[in-house]
Amino acid sequence: MAENFQLQIITPDRIFYEGEASMVEFTSVDGEMGVYKHHIPLTTVLAPGIVTITEPGGKKEAAVHAGFVQILGEKVTFLAEIAEWPDEIDVGRAEAAKARAEERLRSHSAQIDVARAEMALKKALVRLHVK
Amino acid sequence: MASMRDIKRRKGSIQSTQQITKAMKLVSTVKLQKARNRAEQSNPYFNHMYQTVTSMLARSGSLNHPYLKPGNSQKKAVITIASNRGLAGGYNANVVKLITGSGMAKEDVQVYMIGRKAKELLVRKGYEIKADYSDVIESPSYDDASMICKEVLEAFSKGEIGEIYLAYTHFKNTVSHQPTLMKLLPVEFDEAELKEADSNVLMNYEPNEEEALDLIIPKYMTSLFYGALVEAVASENGARMQAMDSATSNADEMISDLTLKYNRARQGSITQELTEIIAGAEAIS
Repeated sequence: MAENFQLQIITPDRIFYEGEASMVEFTSVDGEMGVYKHHIPLTTVLAPGIVTITEPGGKKEAAVHAGFVQILGEKVTFLAEIAEWPDEIDVGRAEAAKARAEERLRSHSAQIDVARAEMALKKALVRLHVK
Repeated sequence: MASMRDIKRRKGSIQSTQQITKAMKLVSTVKLQKARNRAEQSNPYFNHMYQTVTSMLARSGSLNHPYLKPGNSQKKAVITIASNRGLAGGYNANVVKLITGSGMAKEDVQVYMIGRKAKELLVRKGYEIKADYSDVIESPSYDDASMICKEVLEAFSKGEIGEIYLAYTHFKNTVSHQPTLMKLLPVEFDEAELKEADSNVLMNYEPNEEEALDLIIPKYMTSLFYGALVEAVASENGARMQAMDSATSNADEMISDLTLKYNRARQGSITQELTEIIAGAEAIS
């Protein structure tokens, strides 16, 4: 049985999550990561993705976009710019954002910011996936 | 001595002004509570952000990152946060005073303005307004903050500006608000704080420290800026609440003064009429 550690997910607007978890999985810019207690101290940058929190009582999923994570042996802190629970996600909006981003990427015109459109697409996909 | 009618009219006008100031006070009280809640809710984020960035920099003192050195340009960008509306006591004037009294040469300052009232003041004083985002203050969002920060950072990376400052009103509590001028870039910290942070565990970074700094410093700036926005809104409403509170009590004072004068004038006119009647009666008999 894995031991529990302190997990906090903080956004500019609120403390999104605070509690004990035995494992947390998320997507960093270098790929997917899973963290147990007594992980080495690490700070890494988040990519848009799904955060899966394994609590003693079960699993919870949330969509988290942009930010960074500070991992200490007993405590993991997410500083996220945006974090949403599945029931907070507006599917219609995410679908629209996805279509818009895809359209932009397809058009290949010089005016669009490819990096930005890709980011928007990723966020939309993550939202839809969590839902 | 003013006539009874004049006094009455004046009293009426003060009373209606008082009604307005009273209503404005109530409105800003409600707004203040909302803004204060927001400011408090966003506090943990900034504290963590600050801690993380300090401990990062404590370990990477020798890093040669562009965000840690002043740029080549003499120009200084000042992001100024004030309000779009007046009637908030010295709120806007204090922020402007902060910039004029900072010792920075007028020609070197480029103002990124939020708040129409303070903009008018700065334009009159001859400052260069680089950009105006006054609408943001109506409902500050993290997206707006990150958009503005991006633009300012771009100018910094291009070498158009050498330093970035932030001028806003720090919200201590409901009655005390402190105009603050803060240096955003290059990032600077107290030596003492750095040492304290240094005693923490050895931290690893992924990707490497320099890349992480690249990503984290803009976020750090944005979060400071967003925090300043939220606090400024709270301070504005706090300042307006105080201003309107004292206006209301001043009106109370004036009204009681005028009531006294009115009563005296009325008594005076009654006495005069009586004297005239008695004098007339005596003359007949």
